[in-house]
Amino acid sequence: MTLKSARLRLPVETSDLEPLEIGTVVYLDGIVYTGREGLYKKIDEGVMPPVDLASLGNANFHCSPAASVGDDGTYNLGAVTATASFRFSRFLPKFFEISKAKLILGKGGMSEQDYRDHFVPNGAIYLTTVGYGTGALLGRGIKRVRDVHWLKELGIAQAVWVLEVENFGPFLVESDLRGRSLFEQSNRETLDGIERVYAGLKFPALRRYGETVNRDDEVI
Amino acid sequence: MIPNARIEEAAYTIMGKAAIEIPEDYRTGIRGMLEKEENELSRFVLMSMIDNWEAAEQDRRAMCADTGVPRYYVKVGNEARLDGGFIGLEHALRSATARATRDVPLRPNRVHPLSRQDNNNNVGINAPEIEYSFEPDADWIDVTTVHKGGLFGTDYRMLFPGDGIDGIKKFFLDVMVQFGRRGLACQPAIVGIGLGGSKDTAMVLGKQAACLRAVGDANPDPEIAKLEQELKDLGNSIGMGPMGFVGTSMVVDCHIEVGYTHTGGMPMSVHSFCLSSRRATARVHADGRIEYRTDPKWFTPYMRREGIEWCADAALHAAE
Repeated sequence: MTLKSARLRLPVETSDLEPLEIGTVVYLDGIVYTGREGLYKKIDEGVMPPVDLASLGNANFHCSPAASVGDDGTYNLGAVTATASFRFSRFLPKFFEISKAKLILGKGGMSEQDYRDHFVPNGAIYLTTVGYGTGALLGRGIKRVRDVHWLKELGIAQAVWVLEVENFGPFLVESDLRGRSLFEQSNRETLDGIERVYAGLKFPALRRYGETVNRDDEVI
Repeated sequence: MIPNARIEEAAYTIMGKAAIEIPEDYRTGIRGMLEKEENELSRFVLMSMIDNWEAAEQDRRAMCADTGVPRYYVKVGNEARLDGGFIGLEHALRSATARATRDVPLRPNRVHPLSRQDNNNNVGINAPEIEYSFEPDADWIDVTTVHKGGLFGTDYRMLFPGDGIDGIKKFFLDVMVQFGRRGLACQPAIVGIGLGGSKDTAMVLGKQAACLRAVGDANPDPEIAKLEQELKDLGNSIGMGPMGFVGTSMVVDCHIEVGYTHTGGMPMSVHSFCLSSRRATARVHADGRIEYRTDPKWFTPYMRREGIEWCADAALHAAE
């Protein structure tokens, strides 16, 4: 088996996403903008960003760059790496409403429930970064910092960076337009092995409060 | 007399080296795992990481944008004299952190835990952390930096002697699986385990075991070394690989450090040092010479207290 590969021009149409199966390797060209706790929390509190997110394209990256701002206002951007996305689940309805995003890029995906409830109705899919530390490869794919919003309010790590990218990747299709998840598929595929390695091991004398004994459960 | 300015220069340099250059022992370990890995998705992840390290070195950019919470481990020779004293040393380490954050650049990850205030330089209250150890018959100091993320992959549990090796294995598996799914721990990782001491000791030892010992290094105690190998094999037999995909690549190496503990308990910690296992060490000599390396050599025989005042008699008479 060889992995399938695709290159997408941003912004995307939902029809571009139609042929993408989970596990496909994806590279991007165009504009992506970053956003994490800082952005989502402010939107949740009813504070709108200083720029119309939908005008920035439709690819939101859960990420912040290793970057510095020179005294002359220029940006020195080294590596970029995603942050874990499951934390932003509760912000999704409002975020999709104002951003019209079709691609969410991040680390580790979200739940199939999130995909069904929020991604599928918006014709959006989730792309996960690989590894997760391909910060140098992703950094190479950034051709220019077009703009940075909320830099002063949120700091370098949480600001909204608008990035022009070329051959930006690799990413893997984590959720498709039907809401299927590569990670949850992997969870199901690895469950038998997990049961096998635990076989015969006794539980410790002291349990933890609320401890689950179901290994099908995730901690996220 | 070790010049303070040389310590600052060394600390600044290792900040960049750690962020950009993957240690060779780790790269060799991952290449070995790739040879054995059969799952296509898991293989793709490992190959992407190898490509990424090459890109980082060619471009001189950080290998991962989450440059962790940069911190230091300092080993001071008993004969070493610092011209700025220890206050000068700590000032130099803070200054090197701020300069490297701007110049590499590193991500300014360090914020106040409540206000989320970011000074944009990775320096703040208790940041960067500086841990110390000492070495007999030496006049140098070793400064090591570790860049480790830290949201996932680490856990602590109070086990009891009756839980035995089963309890250790089970908790080890718990951590591998709970943070292995979706690859939250960014595995394959160097897994460090702290066993014994008090709760805080177990946490500190496990972290140091993960971050300050190279791939391929075994504990000098044969019983502990045997357990290290057993846990490594166990982790790689789960059937899970990078990003939680089907695979065999979970644990590049397992390192265990122990400390004498309460007679009723067996505290245990597990730490995962990720696919961007970033560490770099500088030795600053008395004449100001600096040597760089990637193996911190933190756990020296003296550090593990080998042959030092073990039995009650020797300890009682040590003061005489």
